Amino acid sequence: MNSAAPAHIEIRDLTMAYGSRVIQQDLSFDIQRGDIFVIMGGSGCGKSTLLKHLLGLIEPSVGDILYSGTSFTHAQSTQRDAMRQTWGITYQSGGLFSAMSLSQNVSLPLQLYTNHTPAEVADIVAYKLALVGLAGYQEYYPSEISGGMRKRAALARAIALDPEILFFDEPSAGLDPISSRLLDDLIAQLQESLGATVVMVTHELPSIFAIANNSVYLDAKTQTMIATGDPKELRDHNDQPVVRQFLNRGSSTASKEQV
Amino acid sequence: MSDPTPGFQLRTSGTDAATLKLTGDWIQGMPHGDFQSLQSELATSGCRRLEIDGTELGEWDSILMAFLLQCYNYCRQETILLSTHQLPSGAEKLLQVATAVPIHKPPEERPRSWLDALNPGQLLHIIFSEARESLAFIGEVSVALLRLALGKANTRLTDFKNFCYQAGPDAFAIISLTSILVGMILAYLGAVQLQQFGAEIYVADLVVIGMLREMGVLMTAIVMAGRTGAAYAAQLGTMQTNEEIDAITTMGISPIEFLVLPRMLALIVIMPLLTIYADLLGMVGGGIVAGGMGITPLQYIGEGKTAMSFTHVAVGLIKSVVFAILIAVAGCRSGINSGRSSAAVGQAATEAVVTAIVYLIVADAAINIIFQQLNI
Repeated sequence: MNSAAPAHIEIRDLTMAYGSRVIQQDLSFDIQRGDIFVIMGGSGCGKSTLLKHLLGLIEPSVGDILYSGTSFTHAQSTQRDAMRQTWGITYQSGGLFSAMSLSQNVSLPLQLYTNHTPAEVADIVAYKLALVGLAGYQEYYPSEISGGMRKRAALARAIALDPEILFFDEPSAGLDPISSRLLDDLIAQLQESLGATVVMVTHELPSIFAIANNSVYLDAKTQTMIATGDPKELRDHNDQPVVRQFLNRGSSTASKEQV
Repeated sequence: MSDPTPGFQLRTSGTDAATLKLTGDWIQGMPHGDFQSLQSELATSGCRRLEIDGTELGEWDSILMAFLLQCYNYCRQETILLSTHQLPSGAEKLLQVATAVPIHKPPEERPRSWLDALNPGQLLHIIFSEARESLAFIGEVSVALLRLALGKANTRLTDFKNFCYQAGPDAFAIISLTSILVGMILAYLGAVQLQQFGAEIYVADLVVIGMLREMGVLMTAIVMAGRTGAAYAAQLGTMQTNEEIDAITTMGISPIEFLVLPRMLALIVIMPLLTIYADLLGMVGGGIVAGGMGITPLQYIGEGKTAMSFTHVAVGLIKSVVFAILIAVAGCRSGINSGRSSAAVGQAATEAVVTAIVYLIVADAAINIIFQQLNI
């Protein structure tokens, strides 16, 4: 299935290491435009490390990461900043600025990278907060709202600039099933209406099956990726027992017929 | 090619229905009509049903959505029936998501005037509760110290050793620099005055007594308040943020015994040693200046020896222990009472240094007055 345009994100022969300790090696996969892509794997396999490589917070030991066909790894820092402007990122614990109110948090990227008037910025902030179900919470501080609301506020900040790519690090970690379901729905709806590419690190099986359409499985033991594709397919038809086991919540009896 | 300038037209059709026609590219950087003008048009038209027509809409982004959201909220408030079926499907869906949850109304807050800050009753209350908290903290520390003396406290020796190392050897460089310079400053200060009487030799007395009784210990304490006191507040504040202090409490360990005592004891042990070190270097610094004024090192040492007495050394050391306790109390108390955010941890560190320095100056003045009265 070769399309003419390059994939939105391409990972080429990536090796990640902290000093001499190799985390994962020989990673090569594509993330297509409009995918909801999940990076999964057991604890400590390097999921978050891979995300940090994609974000440019850690440099790869070997290999290249390309966005829309342009190398990110070899880009200058100004070029990187320009590329990052089309991304929206939410961090594991939100990453909201605790000294700023929600409206200040969301308006910061708007003030930095657009030339909207203050009144327009206020309107857009109201709209973004409404999108994540936090209309009217403009003047609240992150410490005054609950954990689930903080995750959604972080999402509002991430989508402030209508990003082309949304990165999530464990979006539903620490949320109750209902909140985490609502967050999943929200991510899927935003993806659909904005047409963005979503890359998320998670091991919440319900949300993986609910919204993801592509994935990569990182194995800690062999230190490389052992499966890619639609997680539902992987669960039922992958030839690696460890992948089926992971996606079936450890029940090793998972056979190929089971749905 | 149609006109890309974004705009809207309100057309009434029938008695109470109206159509809002959106045209052009509603994207960033294009001047568009603001909602206020639409609102006044809507109010004058008096329509009860509004249909939004987006068939001639060009490109659009969040600007359009922010505009539509305002429309929606206005219509809901005025109970105008709004139809959005003519919008691009993405925009319609986003509007649905954005309006799924009703707007939260924050509770009314009574605006506080700045005069409140000057209310004497309020001020007195703050000072009173502050003093009570400090006393309670000192009380808890005393109880913990008693338990330590009885051998019942959960204080780990390894923690104590680590803190000693952090507070002591790690601080040598900065203490060396400040105390040599303070010794030189004292010498210059005295030299200018004493030269007028031809009494340069007494610079040695001034430096020795000044360093031993006052400047050596005070400068060390201020450096330690900024260095170690702030570090304690930041460490404990971060532990509070990470719920480590909760974990310690629920394990049945007193955070005072486990966290505060090793820090405080380390400072109590290290401060007198650092003070002696600072005193010595300060005297060397003074000697350098004296040498520049024609006093030979032998003269300086001889004169300094006569000025030195056990009382002066003891006064400095007593002060250093008191200051150590005050720095540790200020640092640890701010840290443990810190809020649970990054801003609060910063605030705790600032508070630790400010309170420690206030404590230091007040305690120093008090000790000097007492010793003066006692002729020590």
